[in-house]
Amino acid sequence: MILLFLITIPALLGVATLFISGEEKRKTRRRILMLGASLHFAGTLSLYFSGVSRKWNDYILLDPLGLLFLSITSLLFFLVAIYSFGYFYKEHKPPTKEGGTKEGVRHLYTPCMLFFLSAMSLTTMTTHLGLLWVGIEATTLATAPLIYYHHHEQALEATWKYLLICSVGIALALLGVFFIAAAGKGSGVDLFVESFVEKAAILNPRWLRIGFILILVGFGTKMGLAPMHTWLPDAHSEAPSPVSALLSGALLNAAFLGILRCYQICFAAHLADFAGTLLTLFGLVSLFVAAVFITAQRDYKRMLAYSSVEHMGILSLGIGVGAGFGSLLHVISHSLTKCLLFLLAGQIVLTYRTKKTTEVHGLLRTLPMTGILFTIGGLAIVGFPPFSPFLSEFLILKEGFAAGHSVAMAFYLIFLGIIFVSMSQILFGMLQGEKRELPHKMERTYLMMVAPVFLAAAIFLFGFYLPAPMVVFLNSAAKLLGGPL
Amino acid sequence: MEWLITGIILTSFVVLGSSRLASSIRMVALQGGLLSILPVLSRPSFFDLHGLTLFIISFFIKTVAIPVFLFRSLKQAKIQKEVEPIVSLHLSLVGGGAILVMAFASLRAFPLPTAPFPPLIIPAALTTVLIGFFLLVSRTKAITQVIGFLILENGVFLFGMTIISDFPLTVEMGVLLDLLVGVFVMGIIIYHINKTFDHIDTQALSKLRDVE
Repeated sequence: MILLFLITIPALLGVATLFISGEEKRKTRRRILMLGASLHFAGTLSLYFSGVSRKWNDYILLDPLGLLFLSITSLLFFLVAIYSFGYFYKEHKPPTKEGGTKEGVRHLYTPCMLFFLSAMSLTTMTTHLGLLWVGIEATTLATAPLIYYHHHEQALEATWKYLLICSVGIALALLGVFFIAAAGKGSGVDLFVESFVEKAAILNPRWLRIGFILILVGFGTKMGLAPMHTWLPDAHSEAPSPVSALLSGALLNAAFLGILRCYQICFAAHLADFAGTLLTLFGLVSLFVAAVFITAQRDYKRMLAYSSVEHMGILSLGIGVGAGFGSLLHVISHSLTKCLLFLLAGQIVLTYRTKKTTEVHGLLRTLPMTGILFTIGGLAIVGFPPFSPFLSEFLILKEGFAAGHSVAMAFYLIFLGIIFVSMSQILFGMLQGEKRELPHKMERTYLMMVAPVFLAAAIFLFGFYLPAPMVVFLNSAAKLLGGPL
Repeated sequence: MEWLITGIILTSFVVLGSSRLASSIRMVALQGGLLSILPVLSRPSFFDLHGLTLFIISFFIKTVAIPVFLFRSLKQAKIQKEVEPIVSLHLSLVGGGAILVMAFASLRAFPLPTAPFPPLIIPAALTTVLIGFFLLVSRTKAITQVIGFLILENGVFLFGMTIISDFPLTVEMGVLLDLLVGVFVMGIIIYHINKTFDHIDTQALSKLRDVE
């Protein structure tokens, strides 16, 4: 029942909020957002207690893999909801010349966020390929109006690209789902992942291969794997920062989960080599593209977006070389770190009113708290020890070498090295320098600091110490992907 | 059933060669209608609940709701010039012909079980998907891109029909609902593109780039 509750409560609250429009009611809407986030978070936490059923019916159930992704989403959403109180305390003009803040669909922020939460929950809670597809497509539709929040030309362009490219990508994934269904036709499989895994021996490998390619390309578009990533930097840089944080930390994961579900089937059908090679290839291409574009980047939100392309590449590569545990840990590391960085980027946008890296200097002196947290996040995201992304990237490297993928691992190291150098150069350019007068002050700063402080503490902690239950849990999830233990 | 499938291919070609947006939308509506009838014919009895419900819902969404919605955005956008292809209409048709030939030639590479449908359904689906793609990349109007997307989806649905009996009704309805909401959201964005730029040519949407 909890599972049904987690899907329907945000959706119902979202529908209710659709009727609460108007500028003067913005506070009410934020409160409803907070209410939805808290209820969802509490519900998700309760799932960890023994005795709470993780199954509603055949269609809605949670396996460890789903629970992992659900927990990340729920936590990030909760933190972003707190942050939204501060960020949207006052309406602010977007940092562009022609950026008019016209009246319009701005009150859609809360409902769309809640619809997104509902769709994300559905995605994590099903192993039925059709329903999974429905969930992932629904997340696309719910987030499109969020990207259009600022209502200027660039936001429009980003939204249109996002909507069209992802819809087409996801349509291809549906074709992939049909091919996988065709692979099992006649053998009496239902469209559940478990059912495919059980009957893996009698699946038609040819259709399964085609299905996996289509799904990888389709969901890969949504996940931001190069060369299908073109929508990602635009959407992430034009969306308001709390939305970017969720796009990077939660939405990309949903598509990754879609790919993982199909990988489970391929693994069981002894196509792990085939699927692994493709994942490795896409992973390395993404790392390459990210390395090139981060080096030339002059917009810090776009830089963070390309860093997401990089980390999605690492995830794909990690699964490809068989590092299940490392990759799942990296899902956590990346989501927490990227969410932290985007939330801080939001504070910088609010105060500096620019997204150009060349116009932001002296962050450590001007906004000490933001600066320190940004340093932590920046060091973590480029893979500097002792933060958790370092740990997970290292685990992937170790397992990759152990499995004999030395060429892929060599490229992995080279690209990580390039990104390390170019990204730290940009970040430190922003951090260092003289104190300066800012055009705007932050209001309600404490509300905007809770989430970043928590996230920074978490990535710092996980870099040193992984609690034993978490290791057991991650292992049980990695087991589904056929990793060793 | 062959007639219906041929009709689906032909409607894609009419869209490909048509210079008027209104007729393109009508053709997509017709295609959606043909597509909704197809599974009804494949069932042994006409009166079974699953098939009938699905027919009503998908017919309503594809032939009524989506076209009506597209006509509304067309009216709002007050489009003066009609279709402006990057590739000329004649060349588009030749390209469509090439796609068709390719799809039929590759039939042997896809010996998928199609019963109870005729084997024609696989190359037809492939043709429709590829023509949808072609429309997406070769037209610049936002509305034509949506039409391309719809034809692509129709192709995917046509393919899915060969295995659709495995889908429970709720999931199928979810898929259709996603499609409807998707077109709805696209329509809203088209409205805003039109309001911001006074036209719906997506070539105006090229400001975001990495290096200035």
